[in-house]
Amino acid sequence: MNAGSSAAEAVANSLRRRRSGVGGLIFEVGLVVSLLAALGILATLLAEVIQGAVPVFQDRGWGFIRGPLTLSSDTAGVWLGIVGSLTIAALVALLAFPIGIGAAIYLEEYAADTRFTRFVTTNIRNLAGVPSIVYGLLGLAVFVRLVDGIDGAQRNGRSVVAAGLTMAVLVLPIVIITASEAIRAVPGTIREAGLAVGATRWEVIRHHVLPAAAPGVLTGTILTLSRAFGESAPLLLIGVTTGLLTIPKGIGILDRLLGGYTALPVQVFTYARQPGDLQDHVAPAAIVVLLVVLLGVNAIAIVLRNRWEQRW
Amino acid sequence: MVTDQGTVFSVRNLNVYYRDFHAVSDVSFDVAKSEITAFIGPSGCGKTTVLRCFNRMNDLISTARVEGEVRFHGVDLYSPEVDPVEVRRRVGMVFQKPNPFPKSVYENVAFGPKVAGHQGKLEDLVEEMLTKAALWDEVKDKLDQSAYALSGGQQQRLCIARAIATSPDVLLMDEPCASLDPIATLRIEELMFNLKQDYTIIIVTHNMQQAARVSDRTGFFTVDVQEAGKRTGRLVEFDETGRIFTNPSRPETEDYITGRFG
Repeated sequence: MNAGSSAAEAVANSLRRRRSGVGGLIFEVGLVVSLLAALGILATLLAEVIQGAVPVFQDRGWGFIRGPLTLSSDTAGVWLGIVGSLTIAALVALLAFPIGIGAAIYLEEYAADTRFTRFVTTNIRNLAGVPSIVYGLLGLAVFVRLVDGIDGAQRNGRSVVAAGLTMAVLVLPIVIITASEAIRAVPGTIREAGLAVGATRWEVIRHHVLPAAAPGVLTGTILTLSRAFGESAPLLLIGVTTGLLTIPKGIGILDRLLGGYTALPVQVFTYARQPGDLQDHVAPAAIVVLLVVLLGVNAIAIVLRNRWEQRW
Repeated sequence: MVTDQGTVFSVRNLNVYYRDFHAVSDVSFDVAKSEITAFIGPSGCGKTTVLRCFNRMNDLISTARVEGEVRFHGVDLYSPEVDPVEVRRRVGMVFQKPNPFPKSVYENVAFGPKVAGHQGKLEDLVEEMLTKAALWDEVKDKLDQSAYALSGGQQQRLCIARAIATSPDVLLMDEPCASLDPIATLRIEELMFNLKQDYTIIIVTHNMQQAARVSDRTGFFTVDVQEAGKRTGRLVEFDETGRIFTNPSRPETEDYITGRFG
């Protein structure tokens, strides 16, 4: 009786003894500081850019958006950059998404787990880490020449098509990796269930694996669009226009696709290199436009994904 | 007394390997039509491996190799001209954990017949199959809702409805009640009694009472541990369930069913 009650007391005492939480508290404070540091840097950056951009939007407003690529701060605008960047993004979506998702389906669903497929997978991961300037060299060597060949001697292949092809190759490894991961995350029991009712492998993939993987695949591919949107280094190598660009009115779509072009990040780069108003105000304004267009494209893609996606 | 109404499966000298691991050794027995055959035995004895030979699900494991004969109505399932897709239409399967497709109740049942090119009204077929699976009354108002919204027991009955929707001869059940509570288990067992009229059923179970309650014949598997820790499953005894549970001919079987081993 006595022994029992003393044991119960010991338990009660140990339950009441709170551990001092100094270590935990320091850890938590450290985490909050890290978060604030990240947010603070971002906020400073945004504030700086917006502050620089405000005069341009106040003075010229729509005129800046519609303006051409020139080096005069009174007329310089971003319209050609918007058009060029959207065209590049569209080409990337058209080329890299189907090829990348197709490759991912093959790697995950069909390829046997051999040393060779593992070698291929590893190297796709390596390709995703290759600096973008290297893809610029590839684009110059292959796509600029290719488009040049199609177009004949008239131009020199420095076209938005070559840019789209280069960017598509640049994001392809990332599309393959993210799509593979989404497909791998679909439980094997779903595949077994499909095969067990007498569906072929393709029917199981088409009706069960891909719909289940679609949200993940789309999320990953949307992220790669941002990458294609923001890159400038490879474009500089493959001959994007950085000086003065006017596109004559009334030319056909083929001439537009094969002629000179520019892109938003390249415009930011162009304006930021010039001293004076171009650097202080026009470049920040172009950055604001770049961010807004990027957010817009992502928002549209996410809305499309959510509409497609059927949650069960 | 069990009466033979013909043989559906005839297994002779079946050996299954995973790479160089000998998983099942030299198994031979016959499965009779419109009976329930149960496989019992300790974990790792190869009963699920044998079950998955009947619809060639072992094909999905690239390292698996099957030797010997598995004859289905006289045709060797592993001969090169046999199409595993067609085998699986004729031999349905229900898995250990309910695994409905992440789709509606209706689509879960309709998918198999749809890919098999079913002629006629799918709606009627879906209703018939859900009725056979004793689920129709519970889901008739939520056919277009997610299968994931059903309870575990309902999901498993949905999987049974899905498995019989391609009108197979045989239903393979791999521990179908392992993740269900006793009431849901009872419903599945009642259902098996009714399905027995139309289908030959082979069930793997860890629950010896379940085997004794539902099956006509029982195969008892065990596992031999060899040197280097290699474990090979073999069939110890295959007989009418009544005899296995009351008067087994092998001492290992008696040890297992009386709880002295396993």
